[in-house]
Amino acid sequence: MAETDPKRYLKLSGLEPLIITPESNFVNIGERTNVTGSRKFLRLIKEEKYEEALDVARAQVDGGAQIIDINMDEGMLDGVHAMTTFLNLIASEPDIARVPVMIDSSKWEIIEAGLKVTQGKSVVNSISLKEGEENFIHHAKKVKRYGAAVIVMAFDEDGQADTYERRIEICKRSYDVLVDKVGFPPEDIIFDPNIFPVATGMEEHRKNALDFFRATKWIRTNLPYAHVSGGVSNVSFSFRGNDRVREAMHSSFLYHAIQNGMDMGIVNPEMLEIYDEIPKDLLEHVEDVLLDRRDDATERLLTFAENVKGDVKATEKQAQEWRSLPIQERLTHALVRGIDEFIELDIEEARLQASKPIEVIEINLMTGMNVVGDLFGSGKMFLPQVVKSARVMKKAVAYLLPFIEEGKGKGSSAGKVLMATVKGDVHDIGKNIVAVVLGCNNFEIIDLGVMVPPERIIEVAVKEQVDIIGLSGLITPSLDEMVYLAKEMDKLNISIPIMIGGATTSRAHTAVKIAPQYRETVVHVNDASRAVTVAGNLLNSNTKLEYSKTVRAEYDELREGYLNRSRDKNFLNIEDARKNKLQLDWEEFTPFQPNFIGTQTIYPEPKELIDFIDWTPFFQTWDLHGKFPAILDDEVVGEQAKILFADAQKMLKDIIAENWLEAKGIYGIYPAAQVNDDDIELYNEDGSKKVTFLTLRQQSQKTKGAPNIALSDFIAPKDRGKTDYMGAFCVTTGFGVDEKAAEFEKAHDDYNSIMVKALADRMAEAFAEFLHLKIRKEIWGYASDEALGNDALIKEQYEGIRPAPGYPACPDHLEKNTIWQLLDVDKQIGVTLTESLAMWPASSVSGYYFANPQSKYFGLGKIKEDQVIDYAKRRSIPTDTAKKWLNPNIAD
Amino acid sequence: MSKIYQAINERILVLDGAMGTMLQRYNFSEEDFRGSRFKDFPHSLKGNNDLLSITQPNAIRDVHYQYFEAGADIVETNTFSGTTIGMADYHLEDLVYELNYESARIAREVADEFTAAEPHKPRFVAGSIGPTNRTASMSPDVNDPGFRAVTFDDLLIAYKEQVKALIDGGVDLLLVETIFDTLNAKAALFAIEEVKDELGLDIPVMVSGTITDASGRTLSGQTVEAFLISISHMPLLSVGFNCALGADQLKPYLKRLAHNTSFSISAHPNAGLPNAFGQYDQTAEEMQVLIKEYLDDNLINIIGGCCGTTPEHIRLIAETAKDYQPRN
Repeated sequence: MAETDPKRYLKLSGLEPLIITPESNFVNIGERTNVTGSRKFLRLIKEEKYEEALDVARAQVDGGAQIIDINMDEGMLDGVHAMTTFLNLIASEPDIARVPVMIDSSKWEIIEAGLKVTQGKSVVNSISLKEGEENFIHHAKKVKRYGAAVIVMAFDEDGQADTYERRIEICKRSYDVLVDKVGFPPEDIIFDPNIFPVATGMEEHRKNALDFFRATKWIRTNLPYAHVSGGVSNVSFSFRGNDRVREAMHSSFLYHAIQNGMDMGIVNPEMLEIYDEIPKDLLEHVEDVLLDRRDDATERLLTFAENVKGDVKATEKQAQEWRSLPIQERLTHALVRGIDEFIELDIEEARLQASKPIEVIEINLMTGMNVVGDLFGSGKMFLPQVVKSARVMKKAVAYLLPFIEEGKGKGSSAGKVLMATVKGDVHDIGKNIVAVVLGCNNFEIIDLGVMVPPERIIEVAVKEQVDIIGLSGLITPSLDEMVYLAKEMDKLNISIPIMIGGATTSRAHTAVKIAPQYRETVVHVNDASRAVTVAGNLLNSNTKLEYSKTVRAEYDELREGYLNRSRDKNFLNIEDARKNKLQLDWEEFTPFQPNFIGTQTIYPEPKELIDFIDWTPFFQTWDLHGKFPAILDDEVVGEQAKILFADAQKMLKDIIAENWLEAKGIYGIYPAAQVNDDDIELYNEDGSKKVTFLTLRQQSQKTKGAPNIALSDFIAPKDRGKTDYMGAFCVTTGFGVDEKAAEFEKAHDDYNSIMVKALADRMAEAFAEFLHLKIRKEIWGYASDEALGNDALIKEQYEGIRPAPGYPACPDHLEKNTIWQLLDVDKQIGVTLTESLAMWPASSVSGYYFANPQSKYFGLGKIKEDQVIDYAKRRSIPTDTAKKWLNPNIAD
Repeated sequence: MSKIYQAINERILVLDGAMGTMLQRYNFSEEDFRGSRFKDFPHSLKGNNDLLSITQPNAIRDVHYQYFEAGADIVETNTFSGTTIGMADYHLEDLVYELNYESARIAREVADEFTAAEPHKPRFVAGSIGPTNRTASMSPDVNDPGFRAVTFDDLLIAYKEQVKALIDGGVDLLLVETIFDTLNAKAALFAIEEVKDELGLDIPVMVSGTITDASGRTLSGQTVEAFLISISHMPLLSVGFNCALGADQLKPYLKRLAHNTSFSISAHPNAGLPNAFGQYDQTAEEMQVLIKEYLDDNLINIIGGCCGTTPEHIRLIAETAKDYQPRN
């Protein structure tokens, strides 16, 4: 056994490699997917119950089979068809296909059919010299060309080898022909020197096992790199019905065969006792037979066998632990693993729990499919597995459909979706998957196929009155086709939402290139599992408008962001950017004169702020993602969110009742004017200058008509003869927080320590919101008739803005110094600035007030060095200092 | 015996860069694709790059010229989609033999010109054999996982025709590339063996798979090692990876490949990953640095570029490669 050369290891593959080295343990070949050996499998194949047949294969792999033997040799079967179909199906089951297959047939055409559908390196079982050398060579050449290893039976023109001498003679001859005449790699040759029954009562069978062992040893010693395999259960043929003896015999046989060099075999793991656990007396009797140690060995074993009969080891099926998980986890598990065995059972359970059957799809199944999507996206699942998940999904939906239909009264589809791979592109795998997943979810699909010209897409979309158009493409030029199509549709005043997908597409491309061309919604769908949610959102009359807006806003932001960081994008010099500033109509507009001018402190009761709390970020702090209040009922995090929310409410009560925190605020409103384009001067009532705020201006090249904005644009220029105003503020609810948090920490109560900080942060934000409302309605009073709910406040639907230094519109933290100077913040309310211009206490918010109805939040984006130099001069600091503070915003 | 066996022992061989990227620069219109010969052809032909070997042969010749001029030892024929299966989308199945023959002939002429001028550095032509646009081991229809849009026998017939035409047209070697389904590649290898038998000749074969994403597997789900095992039953000039990934993402998979085989190793990665617009913006200099890392690790025998690479990329790669010894 001199095979230490790695080049000469037997290497097989399914989706994963199987390399048999001298150190490898015995390779276990699964035998249950064999119609000649399993009545159940035969019945499943005959009745074309392939899904159950696949379960048989899966059970073997799960049970540790490293290769699975597949045999379709049965008179009533079309073997070629059955082999092809079953292997094709296995290819779609990654948890089975990961192991190599053994294509087992006595008919060459069935073997060849199997080889034609196997991407990995499989094993042919078997060829032999039975029909002469010519045939043998012909088959061996083919096997080699298909890239498979081969089992060679010890069989020749004269019949099957049944003695030690015949075995080694035939194996030697076969080996020489294969290696010398065919050029077959010797490591790819596996001999099956015939395992025959023992203890049959016939004298000539006495040495059947022993001769096998000896032949095995000879082959492994004399035929370099070749391997030995065999079907073990044959040996105990005469003990059918007495599993106890058979199991012991199999174990013992294997033990000795392996000792002699047999390195793989077809074994039923359920019919195998552990060698060391075979009772001594039984083992002795069995081995007497196998090793032909006594003349009366057979008689003795037969007698002994009578006594152990009936004591069959119970083969318990392993309890499937995941079946005891909660319903959502079971569904997610089934989707991720692609297991459809229990799906209808689970779906029924979920349906009974849901208020409407459709919720099972929208909530339970989509939760699972999102997990699939995430795993796929991060490379932890691969396409065939995702396709399997889609099938489980389909089955689940099929089960639900009648219930959904019943609820609807009459059968109508969720919507009509046109799917097409765009002109010039022929890739459609992804598109087909999306089509199926949507189809599963009750959408009616019109699939126009591949290379579809834009005219045809438009024609069909209009004629069929589709609700959504799904465009797919894999190659780069397809991207331009999509842009072109969107343009054309816009020209024709068509308003059908478009979903974009395919390997080269991206959210960025969709946002930057496609969406701006089309007035309707264009949304990028990164994988099939998300398509249903997106399509649902686009069509649901309740969510449609809101969703379209969200997508549009998201893409606008993305586009802005993309253009801002794009490498080869163009910048204006600061002079040109100023020339392109936002020009408000100062002739027609007269700024509102505030009810109050000057600086004032404010100390509200903390309980007044509670209604202004935006709870969504609170949950984000705890890594629970979702919008409040929907998050409380979220299938996944809802339970946790509810507990957290209850704890927060409890602590809030204590905060209020025991005065843990103090709310302190200060604000100021002063006459103001825009000077030199980018600065804002604030004045005392006597007109003397109080402070100057320096704003920064967007410098990236905008699309035609779009301005390069700075905050100063929202204030009337000095030379316009109009008095304008600007405000600033700082609020805090942070005093007392650190002490309280320290108390908790001392008691090792990290949870409440984090809780109190998180709540104080929320309170500070709530204070800012509270004060802004007061400013708008009373103190400044420019929106005295405003009537907005908390939701609308959170969505910033009010007039005027309160941007904060350090945030996108004014990333310059140095501006905080100016606010502090203007309002005398540290003296008045005790909030101070650290060296790095962070506010202390941390639960504080500061910012400006702009009242102009046209003012809006925006992102500065990247600026160029010329503005930095200009800014340094305006602030009278060295350019390097300015660069340090503005660094994240400076374009390279 | 092909001179390439001698060359591959002596030095790192440089393969050319992208054909498609270069052809995009011409911005050919539907009319250009058609040329005069297919002026009245009833179907759209734009995008059928292989057809340009017949309708715009000077463009193809020029691309080959530029790559040889940049220092490539091997150029690939413009036949990536040149099978009856690939051409079916354009209703040009009947043209397959001619497409491959002409493409091979054009590349042969340019190669011979260069070899004549620099006999110490013979140039080679690799017949490019793409994966086709169908998969033999995956179903396009999730409702019917047992279905196959193409069978081994379909592929075998299609590949035999392509292989024969490429050999007739004068290629020095064959390159089975961008393999995303190993069964397709096995059909191509089977076809090559059959043609070799029929013509009674031998021809070197390169095999190059494609790892599609972070899962580190082929599209059909095989790991690097499983892929290697599945195609190692033929004597190969080299095995390697191309496309889908840039040089840096490809490196770990190349290492795994090199670790497990004694075949020569080839790589022709993309010029980085495409940006959001599907363009490749890794510069020649950036790619050169990454390729230098391959060479420092003694990983490579044949090196070139796939999507997004240009003669400039190949020039810098060739300049770097000449200072290194091939992997042994």
